[in-house]
Amino acid sequence: MSALIKYIDKPHPVTGVTNSKLGIWCFIASEIMLFGGLFSAYVLLRSGSTTWPHAATVLNVPLATLNTLILITSSVTMVMAWASSALRDYNKFRMYLGLTVLLALAFLVIKGIEYGHKFEHHHFPKESIFFAIYFTMTGLHGLHVLGGIVVNSYFLLFGKRMWDEHPEQFTGRIEAAGLYWHFVDLVWIFLFPLLYLV
Amino acid sequence: MNHASHAHPLPFWRKYIFSMDHKVIGVQYAVTSLLFLFFGFGLISLLRWQLAFPSQPVPFIGQFFNDTQMVGGIMLPEFYNQLGAMHGTIMVFLGVVPLAVGGFGNYLVPLQVGAPDMAFPKLNMMSYWVYFIGGIVMLCSFFVPAGAAQSGWTSYPPLSDVAPLGQTVWLIGMVFLITSSLLGSVNFIVTIVQLRAQGLTFFKMPFFVWAQFVTSFLLLLAFPPLEAASVMQLMDRLAGTSFFLPSGLVVGGQPLAHTGGGNPLLWQHLFWFLAHPEVYVLILPALGIVAEIIANNTRKPIYGYKVMVFATIFLGFMSFVVWAHHMFLTNMGTSMSSFFQITTMIISIPSVVILTALILSLWGGSIRFNTPMLFAVAFLPMFGIGGLTGLPLGLTASDIHLHDTYYVIGHFHYVVAPGTIFALFAGIYFWFPKVTGRKLSEFLGKLHFWPSFIFINGIFMPMFILGLAGVSRRLYSPEYAHAQAVQPLNVFISYCAWGLGLAQIPFILNFVISLFAGKKVDSNPWESTTLEWQTTSPPPHENFEHEPVVLHGPYEYSVPGQKKDFLPQNMREN
Ligand code: HEM
Ligand SMILES: [Cu+2]
Repeated sequence: MSALIKYIDKPHPVTGVTNSKLGIWCFIASEIMLFGGLFSAYVLLRSGSTTWPHAATVLNVPLATLNTLILITSSVTMVMAWASSALRDYNKFRMYLGLTVLLALAFLVIKGIEYGHKFEHHHFPKESIFFAIYFTMTGLHGLHVLGGIVVNSYFLLFGKRMWDEHPEQFTGRIEAAGLYWHFVDLVWIFLFPLLYLV
Repeated sequence: MNHASHAHPLPFWRKYIFSMDHKVIGVQYAVTSLLFLFFGFGLISLLRWQLAFPSQPVPFIGQFFNDTQMVGGIMLPEFYNQLGAMHGTIMVFLGVVPLAVGGFGNYLVPLQVGAPDMAFPKLNMMSYWVYFIGGIVMLCSFFVPAGAAQSGWTSYPPLSDVAPLGQTVWLIGMVFLITSSLLGSVNFIVTIVQLRAQGLTFFKMPFFVWAQFVTSFLLLLAFPPLEAASVMQLMDRLAGTSFFLPSGLVVGGQPLAHTGGGNPLLWQHLFWFLAHPEVYVLILPALGIVAEIIANNTRKPIYGYKVMVFATIFLGFMSFVVWAHHMFLTNMGTSMSSFFQITTMIISIPSVVILTALILSLWGGSIRFNTPMLFAVAFLPMFGIGGLTGLPLGLTASDIHLHDTYYVIGHFHYVVAPGTIFALFAGIYFWFPKVTGRKLSEFLGKLHFWPSFIFINGIFMPMFILGLAGVSRRLYSPEYAHAQAVQPLNVFISYCAWGLGLAQIPFILNFVISLFAGKKVDSNPWESTTLEWQTTSPPPHENFEHEPVVLHGPYEYSVPGQKKDFLPQNMREN
């Protein structure tokens, strides 16, 4: 890696951000367009269809509500992890990041249980446009959760060296990971009412 | 500058294969995409046989194909469709974009902004390898049962939803390619925003950097909806959903087992939301290259540099609101089609502004007609023809007649083939000395340029006539009565296409010979002002001995009172 690249750990004096922060914002912009494509597909397909199931009768709203709470909590622990990293408290940092990963795993497990129930009742993506979009959107969101788990676990398991050697850069990375994680939460906060409530 | 890579020389595979140096990655992109360009050209040259001599066996080559492709050397319709669809896909996604953005952009942007590398070197390496895998996946699709994708590069459903396996492979390849350009565009944006050298304000950046900057935003924001669409099409094909399948579809006399309820137009919206901006992804870098070369070889500043920059930004914005001009024939209603007609007319304005500025730049210059300049100057009228012939397609009244005919093929190829490809060739001739320290031969270069110029017009000019006569694109058999009248033109086009293939031989020879035995030149053989020429050729590991400090605009040629006729961006006046 190039040792001469600037603004890896210190913000750029004019833009006020580090490279990784600008990078993650760009990435999130593209992710918004990705989910935007799906959301507009949802609108188009729903407005064009003659029947649409009353979501609460086919989906498990209480479980999804629980999942929403779990995800929101994990956003909080993520912020705490970043704050502890900025305050140089390694033990707290580990604890909060570990919690974030655990909560994310819990989310996926619950989602898995939900999927399982659907399959038991022979609800598959091909059943109807509603289930097609339900499985595609939650599936893609689930993959993003998985991505967050991988990234955060990486920092949890292999981050120590960078923590010691490049503390500022490390905090910057945790911040970037956190921004991504909040984005994943935000997508869910849109998905939840759209699929389960309206 | 004493860190690990200087103390210990990197092993071969780290230096040239899994390299993180933007210059090596740029060369990797350029070489790979050139190979894909030639391959894509090979596909279409084969297809042209069927159009010139329908249902006659392809001589000699025919015997090498299996019976799902050719029977007794006669091309089957399915195989014809594969050739057409894969030509389009390969040219756009594996050829031109990777060459223009991955190759030229990667190599030049960090140099032109005075940075030691891209902002994220590891990500840069990854984006090349993801592209590479996507390319391999696309190539492999020829070998799956029933062959490669057949539904055109646009992959319209319902056809694409029920097409054989090759379409699935196409979609998987696309997901790789989209991911790759996404990683790349993040890298470009961050590099240009954060890593510009001291003194290099936005309005001192060379136009090429601006072009890449806007292009990156297009890639960043336009590609993801297609990724969403690809995921949905994959679901349709693999999980049995029917996002793009309406109810009650009958295929081959059998009702489809899908539940239906979907909408094929949804795909078209998501696809063209990408594919219109994609047009500008193809041409903006080309415009950037042409601007650099014209400024350099007329020895005077670009005319209206700032206006060009604003026009480019405006173009970038507008390209997101015109996509449905590809869908006028889908019964979208008058008010919608008025909206898209008007925005389409508006978006032609910035292109005209840029082109006019480039033409005015020639005015009164003491022009040097070297090979790069020939290609760059030829770009101007070719791009102009491409642009002007697009106007009738943007108006519903004329589009009803022209839609999906060879007129369309003629129109966009003028933009991308004698247009963009010429600009890319110009760029290769221009920056070859920077990359290798040697110059390409001028003689072979001209031997490449003139026949290419003649043949390429011989290919695409008659296509307008074919289209006006009503000959459809993607038409396997040109033997219909209405097409018979213009069939001699088809024969002529095919001969020109094969001629164009032959005309590339001097280029390939030139490239290989000059690599080893070309004339050695000093670091700034064209006497250019931009930063990449102010370091050695090829540039050292971290591009510049000392970080350059920029004092001037990008095109300070023929400045009064100077000893030389050019003033490099980082040089003090005397
Ligand atoms: C310079 C040599 C080229 C020749 C002779 C050529 C020729 C053709 C022809 C004859 C077709 C119509 C195929 C059909 O009827 O199915 C076609 C389609 C197409 N070409 Fe090219 N082309 C060239 C270069 C390019 C380049 C540089 C690009 C893109 C950057 C490109 C992109 C396309 C696309 C997107 C299609 C539409 C494919 C489809 O219908 O699915 N071509 N080309
Ligand atoms: Cu368009």
